[in-house]
Amino acid sequence: MSERVVILGARVVDPVSGTDDVRDVVVADGRIAGPEAADGAERIDAEGLVLAPGLVDLHAHLREPGDEHKETVETGTRAAAAGGFTAVAAMANTVPVTDHAAIVHEVRDLAAAASLADVFPVGAITTGLAGETLAEMGEMVDAGVRVFSDDGRSVPTARLLRNALVYATAFPVEVVIAEHAEDASLVEDGHMHEGAVSASLGLAGRPAAAEEIAVARDLAIARATGGRLHLCHLSTARAVDLVRRAKTEGVRVTAEVTPHHLTFTDEDLRTYDTHLKMNPPLRTAEDREALRAGVADGTIDVIATDHAPHAVEEKEAEFDRSPPGTIGLETALAVVLTELVHPGVIPLARAIDALSVAPARILRAADHGGALDPGRPANLVLFDPGDTWTVEPPFVSKARNSAFTGRTLRGRVRATMLRGAFTVADGKPTR
Amino acid sequence: MNDHLLSMHDLTAADVVRILDTAESFREVGTRVIKKVPALRGRTVVNLFLENSTRTRISFELAAKRLSADVINFSASGSSVAKGESLKDTALTLQAMGADAIVIRHSSSGSPLQLTRWVDAHVLNAGDGTHEHPTQALLDLYTMREKLGHLEGLRVAIVGDVLHSRVARSLSVGLVTMGADVTLVGPPTLIPPDAPGWGVHVSYDIDGVIPKLDVVYVLRVQRERQRLEYFPSVREYARLFGLSRRRAAMLPEHALIMHPGPMNRGVEIDSDVADQPASVIEEQVTNGIAVRMALLFLLLGGRREDAA
Repeated sequence: MSERVVILGARVVDPVSGTDDVRDVVVADGRIAGPEAADGAERIDAEGLVLAPGLVDLHAHLREPGDEHKETVETGTRAAAAGGFTAVAAMANTVPVTDHAAIVHEVRDLAAAASLADVFPVGAITTGLAGETLAEMGEMVDAGVRVFSDDGRSVPTARLLRNALVYATAFPVEVVIAEHAEDASLVEDGHMHEGAVSASLGLAGRPAAAEEIAVARDLAIARATGGRLHLCHLSTARAVDLVRRAKTEGVRVTAEVTPHHLTFTDEDLRTYDTHLKMNPPLRTAEDREALRAGVADGTIDVIATDHAPHAVEEKEAEFDRSPPGTIGLETALAVVLTELVHPGVIPLARAIDALSVAPARILRAADHGGALDPGRPANLVLFDPGDTWTVEPPFVSKARNSAFTGRTLRGRVRATMLRGAFTVADGKPTR
Repeated sequence: MNDHLLSMHDLTAADVVRILDTAESFREVGTRVIKKVPALRGRTVVNLFLENSTRTRISFELAAKRLSADVINFSASGSSVAKGESLKDTALTLQAMGADAIVIRHSSSGSPLQLTRWVDAHVLNAGDGTHEHPTQALLDLYTMREKLGHLEGLRVAIVGDVLHSRVARSLSVGLVTMGADVTLVGPPTLIPPDAPGWGVHVSYDIDGVIPKLDVVYVLRVQRERQRLEYFPSVREYARLFGLSRRRAAMLPEHALIMHPGPMNRGVEIDSDVADQPASVIEEQVTNGIAVRMALLFLLLGGRREDAA
């Protein structure tokens, strides 16, 4: 079902075309149309709101198949739509693992049936995420996969990662190897950032050096092979520095950060709140500032949610027994506005770039991330940048493990449109 | 004092003195033929021991019984927990049964704090993971004060696997609160990297530290740590950091030798040293009951007149 609407008077922010001004946008037959199509269209007064390309999440766990008690493709994409997303990359740690084309097709079919957001399955780099042998990447590339990741752990050996990066250059399309950068031997049994807080809480730590080592190794391999590397959820200041230098040297690398690493520090864990348990862990205030600076200067290309839904009883456990992760699809935009845009750390256009344009480019999601030119698919988000709200359950997601619960955020999605059809209208999912 | 005892950080110096003084008055009860006072008659104390610990559980059980409380022992094996019940559901069950105090021992750091969010009962931390063991620290403070007359200015070395020791963490905090001068000694791999931030000294030279001490507090060293590469061998550990006869002889005459038990004789402490008169390891156990009586009494608000 596709509507014909004209969105009136919104501030249109489209980093691809460099647009940032107030104008009317017409949508007809699922695409952005010229002004001639406005006659007789439904009129939406959007004065004071921002209209931007639909957001694109490069890093989400939709849990299906296998962990449907945490989330399903349908509930996850509904949460995505609620957060202003029109496209989501679904990580490979499903059960069974997304390491062959059949699962890729299954996940995409589930998404198509729900029609709430486009889902781009991420393929596993190694079979079963076991870190031993390369998964059959070619078959998955044919099935449309453009990003591969063993997210949750690093590819264990330099040799295996080198071979993955080199092997991926065989394909006629650009394929990205996305690394969860933590040295496994240093994070074994660790539950939070290693430092003064972990010592005083009696929790085994995951030191910053674990990320620095993995990032340095991965960059060295990318440099040596010319392979295309993406670094997931950076969390340390030194990792940002390493990426910044590698980029100036021409290494083909992109990097991402999560809204929660841009917000919290290890000090926030003093209450043993399992909702704040993450891998990689929340770091120090100094790291957080470096991550923000990395987003501001473009060292960090993408802000991705690492949406990690868990059942209530799984998170209501002892800290060392609780699984890591927070949901994030419904709060990402508001967190970025609250923490980065409103305080003036980055302009709004950079936020839209990091939440939509850059991830769409990496995912090869050609229909997403702008430009908002006539003829382009109408994948859009309309939001009120100033609306204040408090995060609290229930969520649109099946899960409720949000690290942001209780926080007041500024910025709220009013409508999301997938190929011209509203998935969210008046701030609520349409179905 | 607060409603709960979770961490030595919760206690001021005045709180510690009050607890030790109260314990003093209860210690005499243990010497009577009828070792019982009616202070907590009708109150229910649950020993929720989800990690095995015979010594601490018995100590708490005796403490509660000597105060005439009803005591329920709940352990992991053979209980609903073994069938997969969560800590929260277990807590809600105990709450529904009307527990007035829950004494919790758990392998997960922070679980006593989590428990306070789910129950109205007073929660006593009887050891949580590698976090804290405040009642052990208090009984050690009691023993030091009793034997040496004061805590302020005492020179205490805590020797061994400080990194993984809840006893060391709680005792360091307690000693610093009371104005003692604390030195942590052990292989650098087993000393927390932020230890100087605790207000303590760190030394890797036990021979240099020992002659100036009032108390040497020896921690248990788990052989498991060797597998995880924290030190090369038990033999090398004993050579560099073990309390040998030679080292014990370097202690000042009045100095105490303490250990939270259970001991690895021949590893962190020589067997003869453990049994020599300066060792107060057995008295630590006896004092533990009195200190735990004091804590239950103070937290549960028992009546003074029933304490005699």
